[in-house]
Amino acid sequence: MHVPSKCRVCREPAIIDLPRHNANFCAEHFLELCRRQVTKAIEQWKLLDHDDRILVAVSGGKDSLAVWDLLIELGYRADGLYVGLGIGDYSDVSADHARAFARSRDLHLIEISLRGEYGYDIPTAAKATRRVPCSACGLSKRHLFDKAAIDRGYTALVTGHNLDDEAAVLLGNTLRWEIDYLARQLPLLPARDGFPKKVKPLVRLTERETAAWCVVRGIDYLVDECPMAVGNKHLHHKATLNAIEAESPGSKASFYLNFVERMAPLLAGRLADDREALGTCAECGAPTSGEVCAFCRLVTVASAHERVPVELVTRGRR
Amino acid sequence: MQVHLRNPTRVIEVSGRRKVHALLVELGLNRESHLVIRNGTLVPGDGELDADDVIEIRPVISGGA
Repeated sequence: MHVPSKCRVCREPAIIDLPRHNANFCAEHFLELCRRQVTKAIEQWKLLDHDDRILVAVSGGKDSLAVWDLLIELGYRADGLYVGLGIGDYSDVSADHARAFARSRDLHLIEISLRGEYGYDIPTAAKATRRVPCSACGLSKRHLFDKAAIDRGYTALVTGHNLDDEAAVLLGNTLRWEIDYLARQLPLLPARDGFPKKVKPLVRLTERETAAWCVVRGIDYLVDECPMAVGNKHLHHKATLNAIEAESPGSKASFYLNFVERMAPLLAGRLADDREALGTCAECGAPTSGEVCAFCRLVTVASAHERVPVELVTRGRR
Repeated sequence: MQVHLRNPTRVIEVSGRRKVHALLVELGLNRESHLVIRNGTLVPGDGELDADDVIEIRPVISGGA
């Protein structure tokens, strides 16, 4: 007769196996593990104080809704910011998930529309600038999240980057020895002129764990992948790391967390150099190493381009 | 059992009982990048799936950096 696996803590039937912890957990103790990991990250790297005014970058996906939910559960004050990227139906549905979550918990969600407020969308930006879509998207979101946090007086900008995200970016940066990018790949980037404090409270949780958090908590997140991200390098790096993880559980955690502990301090000088080199954008006032920041240059080109439907940009990527 | 998959969205039939681990291996899916859900509840790796179960295998990997 089959004996179901039991929770490591209470010996009740388990709902999830976590090989990296060599343990199974019931729903209650899995949630407790997630809260503990986030609390540990916040305390270990001094990410947040309870008097911080927090802005969470919200996409409607599992990570951003999980981190918002976790922070509220842990007693922090946090509003959400959703940026409408104009990626066809995908953006429409992701906005619905973000709004429904905020409504269900009586939380404040700020919305910004790229098309409505800046005259472009991500498919058009990708075509107009010949950037890969994820590059145009990342640039737009980083600028708008920073600007919203600064303009609206938030003291911390939280993103839902999880352990898999950070390990995959670390692998990509290491493969190319991108030293300046490596120097910035930290759970905490302190505030400085023109930039808010940026924190990643989920870096001790894998994305399987953040997805499981949402399932157990009944959070209805957008499961489908962004149609423009299909086939990107980041996904290949994640698949590579998960193949390693399957053979050697805990590899992703030791790769990233030991980087932060042992390698990042050796790169701290590069981070300081990078900070001193920045000036101010002549158009919007944001920090930049050039005369006009990359976001303003993107807006100029993309908003002048005829609208490009998402299908035209994704067709060649599958 | 009826197995709902994504990327692309599809439904397949798998005959007989299976453990979650065995089903994922059979379908060539890495358990680190998937959750198995039955009636809205997660099922752990050594959980038994019955022949008449309806389950969802949900990918957890997202691509934004």
